[in-house]
Amino acid sequence: MRPAGLPRLLAGLGDRSGAITWAGHQRIHGPLPAISAEELIESVALSGLRGRGGADFPTSLKLHAVAAAGRAAALVVNGSETEPASAKDALLLARLPHLVLDGALVAASSVGAPQVIVKVGNGSPAIAAMGAAIAERPEGRIALVAGPTGYVTGEESAVVNFLSGGPPLPTFVPPRPYQRGLRGRPTLIQNPETLAHIALIARHGPNWYRELGTWADPGSALVTISGAVRNPGVYELAFGTRMADLLAAAGGETEPLQALLMGGYFGTWMGAEAAAGLRLAREELGGAGGSLGAGVVIALGRSACGLHESARIVAYLARQSSGQCGPCLHGLAAIAAALRTLADGRGDAETAWTLRRWCSEVRGRGACHHPDGVVRLVESTLRVFGTHGHAECRARTAGLPLGPEKTDGAEPQAGAGDRTRGV
Amino acid sequence: MCDGHGLCAGLLPELIRLDDWGYPIIEVGEVPPELVGLARRAADACPTLALLLDER
Repeated sequence: MRPAGLPRLLAGLGDRSGAITWAGHQRIHGPLPAISAEELIESVALSGLRGRGGADFPTSLKLHAVAAAGRAAALVVNGSETEPASAKDALLLARLPHLVLDGALVAASSVGAPQVIVKVGNGSPAIAAMGAAIAERPEGRIALVAGPTGYVTGEESAVVNFLSGGPPLPTFVPPRPYQRGLRGRPTLIQNPETLAHIALIARHGPNWYRELGTWADPGSALVTISGAVRNPGVYELAFGTRMADLLAAAGGETEPLQALLMGGYFGTWMGAEAAAGLRLAREELGGAGGSLGAGVVIALGRSACGLHESARIVAYLARQSSGQCGPCLHGLAAIAAALRTLADGRGDAETAWTLRRWCSEVRGRGACHHPDGVVRLVESTLRVFGTHGHAECRARTAGLPLGPEKTDGAEPQAGAGDRTRGV
Repeated sequence: MCDGHGLCAGLLPELIRLDDWGYPIIEVGEVPPELVGLARRAADACPTLALLLDER
């Protein structure tokens, strides 16, 4: 029984709400077959599956590295999903928990990890659903942990630090968690969607996986589509899908578009005309200076102001700095203020010039890629929307969502090495 | 972790400049031979041992 076409991951959701039970899950997808470690890793390799948390790393390389090291500590299901405009992982964890758990268990076995840890955000609806799903399974090596929800807390090293009992803050890599993570041992950290795909590849094989998509970008992906579309939500699409068809899947535009934010707040703006001719394909999007990232596409209508919307988002991202590195902590605040100045029409050529200088100076000078992501977003903002805003446009908000502000352990500790000197 | 003390830039201005917030920007990858002595001193002077001279 090899299902053709779409949906794949989202099969069986229908119009009901709530989680699909284990019995229901097995009715939809059939039982998880016994599969050897070698066969699973080989299948993932042949499928061409790449990680769906945003880094787009070939999944089989991670599996192979952790399996080869032979001392895996755990497989962590990274359900952090701190991109404010992303909802796909929340959907998987809360409504299709057994698909994720299947993938987690079979991947954990393939690398010799004795334990599965599902990490979600505090207060997430996934907590109840995952807890119930874990209780339905006979396997006793699945733990559920809830943690802080700050923007940078979903980064792999931040997850390891948090699970190790420390603050949920990123640290310098290398070594990456799959080399050295929990208790100093290789730790496999995977996005829930990646694991959901593995659950189906284990059942139907790599050739089935490749029946959708293109040779270079095989398979399907979950995309959270929001903004000026009729039916914002999470959609499953084949790679290679044209942007017009992506927008049509979400009910089409509610007004003429001026731009798309590809990849969420860790992504880049693209002008609507430039984006219209693109497909969901890594090389094509990369050639236009963007990527699908964690599968987030936000449509900005002509009635909104891109500069003001970006100024809001960048100010939020600046506040989300973990505060460990001076160039990020100070630089992003300055960059956010300058962008606001330009959006309000109060800036001049020197403001724009200084903003660009700060961007080039901040890039690469943090322990993690948070400042790099913000700089990339800012530079695409200037490219697409220019540098001349108007104060009156501030009210033309498109209401793009911001994440929760820092109030929990994601905040830098006072007195911790005086890292926030001058703030 | 670097705390923006700035001693490194004071000792090795040829290779290290400070950004607008007092944190060092090191533009060059390899230290020219005539500056290695000064580079060693700059790394030793860092109060938080954040600056490292790789002498391989």
